[in-house]
Amino acid sequence: MALVLNEEQTMLRDSARGLISDKAPVAHLRKLRDTKDADGFSRDLWKTFAEMGFAGLLVPEEFGGSGLGAVEAGVVMEEIGRTLMPSPFLSTGVVAATALSRGGSAAQKSEYLTRLAKGDLIASLAVDEGAKHRPNKTAMQAVRSGNGFRLNGAKALVVDGHVSDLLIVAARSAGKPGERDGLTLFLVNPGSKGIAIERTAMVDAHNAARIVFNDVEVTADSVLGEVDQGGALLDGVLNVGRAAVAAEMVGLSDEAFTRTVTYLKERKQFGKLIGEFQGLQHRAAHLYTEIEIAKAATLKALQVLDTDFDNAGAAVAVAKAKAGSVATLAVQEAVQMHGGVGMTDAFDIGFFMKRARVCQELFGDSAFHAEQLAELKGY
Amino acid sequence: MADPEKFRAETRAWLEANCPPEMRKPVVSDADVFWGGRNTTFSSEAQRVWFERMRDKGWTVPDWPKEYGGGGLDLEETKILRQEMSAISARLPLSSFGIWMLGPALLKYGTDAQKREHLPKIAAGLIRWCQGYSEPNAGSDLASLQTRADIDGDDYIINGQKIWTSMANFADWIFCLVRTDFSAKKHDGISFILFDMASKGVSTKPILLISGKSPFCETFFDNVRVPRSHVVGTVNRGWDVAKYLLQHERSMISEVGERRGARPLGQVAANSVGTDEQGRLDDPMLRGQIAAFDIDEAAMACAAERAVDLAKAGQGHPAYSSALKYYGTELNKRRHEILMSSGGIDALEWESPRSREGLAARTWLRTKANSIEGGTSEVMLGIVAKRILDLPGA
Ligand SMILES: Cc1cc2nc3c(=O)[nH]c(=O)nc-3n(C[C@H](O)[C@H](O)[C@H](O)COP(=O)(O)OP(=O)(O)OC[C@H]3O[C@@H](n4cnc5c(N)ncnc54)[C@H](O)[C@@H]3O)c2cc1C
Repeated sequence: MALVLNEEQTMLRDSARGLISDKAPVAHLRKLRDTKDADGFSRDLWKTFAEMGFAGLLVPEEFGGSGLGAVEAGVVMEEIGRTLMPSPFLSTGVVAATALSRGGSAAQKSEYLTRLAKGDLIASLAVDEGAKHRPNKTAMQAVRSGNGFRLNGAKALVVDGHVSDLLIVAARSAGKPGERDGLTLFLVNPGSKGIAIERTAMVDAHNAARIVFNDVEVTADSVLGEVDQGGALLDGVLNVGRAAVAAEMVGLSDEAFTRTVTYLKERKQFGKLIGEFQGLQHRAAHLYTEIEIAKAATLKALQVLDTDFDNAGAAVAVAKAKAGSVATLAVQEAVQMHGGVGMTDAFDIGFFMKRARVCQELFGDSAFHAEQLAELKGY
Repeated sequence: MADPEKFRAETRAWLEANCPPEMRKPVVSDADVFWGGRNTTFSSEAQRVWFERMRDKGWTVPDWPKEYGGGGLDLEETKILRQEMSAISARLPLSSFGIWMLGPALLKYGTDAQKREHLPKIAAGLIRWCQGYSEPNAGSDLASLQTRADIDGDDYIINGQKIWTSMANFADWIFCLVRTDFSAKKHDGISFILFDMASKGVSTKPILLISGKSPFCETFFDNVRVPRSHVVGTVNRGWDVAKYLLQHERSMISEVGERRGARPLGQVAANSVGTDEQGRLDDPMLRGQIAAFDIDEAAMACAAERAVDLAKAGQGHPAYSSALKYYGTELNKRRHEILMSSGGIDALEWESPRSREGLAARTWLRTKANSIEGGTSEVMLGIVAKRILDLPGA
């Protein structure tokens, strides 16, 4: 498969870009932040998103979706990255849609996927517990009780957790924290007794929550996939999420970079455009190269997810690690090359720096993924 | 192309049947590379057999037209052939500046006669070429070159000196930049000309490198007589040809880090420093460095693949090769720094059979030139800044 977008994907990108840049420029995020919006995203916009087929992009056609793949999800994520639009696309349209279509029973699929595709259901994955993303270290307990389970534990960085209609929770039904086996995924109603959800206002003004589960009863029907065998399903779901976040980081890097280059061509100091200084030219050229390389690695990972899902681990690790370190560089250089104005809240560039930091942590930072690759390569 | 999967299957079967096992091992020393030329010899029977079979298929230059000794493959087929060769770690049958640099320039700018004369000989490894670009006072600032070509009847008379001419002492012919108009602006008075290194008045003097090898020369021209018909492209417009050729040179150099079949860095390091109880490299900092390197290397491989696909889709940029040249060469230097620290004391040996005559150290030193040859990293960044990013002050 060629490492470029085909015609349909290019059309998808153009329509996503049109909508997002029109309806949700950075000012949209700024307004949600400044007004401390209760939802943290625009429900109207999400409806429009759903009507254009984006919410159900990864939902199979029989459940009302468009049945497209990771590449298409990445295309939309990249556009989201360009304006930092907050939306449940990642949590719901990408991660939950993948979890439900890959792990769901017939009943679970028809119950949830149809609503999801319509934009009527927001769903979140609750996996992380400690400060860093370490799925194998999941400690949250799922103890058998009657013909169901009782959940105890706490989750952090649950994207869109406070606006969710459905939680997909990773818990340990067997084994010890640190072991890969023994995980089970559960579909949990956030309104269940014993659940406490705290919306965490984060540095990037996007949605996330901490959730505490205290003796939460769930039935056997709520198991997504197989009991004790959730590790593989979770891995696959996370990989799609990781590649999607890599795509978001490529978008935000590219946008921060474009703004920076524009500034280099406008700002004068010492009677010259600052873009004439070789010190800045070379840094800009280096950054350009890094971004191109992150783009290629990300598209590759998305393609491998579509063609060889079960063996996409290495390509995804490369993409998430590379996009993460490149995004970090891109936003740091952006602020630095904008000088003092880059440090002001009134100027948009800082939003990119904040979002990049969150995306770097989300589903594993660059070091985590370098470690994954070393594991896979056996050294 | 009719059917890529059919082509892939056929190619795979052909390679399987025709590539000798000895030619499926990583290149380690100079003897493993076949450069062709008038005075060439094969270092093994397998090398000869492999070269001849590939030549007969036109696969020394798979994407060149058949009439010039190529394989007539389209870009997709060429990509498949490369992938299938990599998959079995097949060596290149023939390495040559003629293939990587001059050929593409001739295909674009050469006359019919020039193409018919030179391309088949390049494809068949009969003539070995060298590149006469740099001069003592024209390195990064290549267009300030001073070697002169003066008209004398149907000939030019060439005088001057080139430097850093890689392997000039082994080359049969040279593609050379000369000044044909001293009154024009510096880019406008240059011509691109071809001539035989055996011509009267050509002499070479090897220069020793820090790696202890001598791959390049000072090259002197003393009243060398060359027919005017040997100019490629328009007289005084040689800079266009030179730049086009440099794009190909840069793409080629950006691939220096591509290791066909070589053992992964992590395993090389594990062999030398050992592993802990969990089977991990017994040096966490080195392991981290290697993992970070592996990420960048894998990502770079994607970018190189994408460059081809972008070009094919008509979305390429002529200066893109500069970006990849910069990245690929800096990466390869990093690889060899890591290899040296993985090897530790053993990698320091310079003259011993155990170290294969200092292979690690010599290769490490040689890679330092990657970011100099074909245009320095600083020059590549300058090109990206001006041509792609359109920053001011060109
Ligand atoms: C192994 C090897 C093989 C080679 N093979 C060949 C060959 O076959 N044929 C051939 O013709 N040439 C060949 N070269 C020559 C090569 O192209 C030149 O060495 C190269 O272009 C740099 O020129 P220079 O050595 O004169 O360095 P200089 O141009 O003097 O550069 C010195 C330093 O100044 C920096 N610099 C120069 N200009 C700028 C600028 N505008 N902005 C910022 N920094 C700048 C450079 O980046 C470098 O760091 C080879 C070189 C090597 C090392």
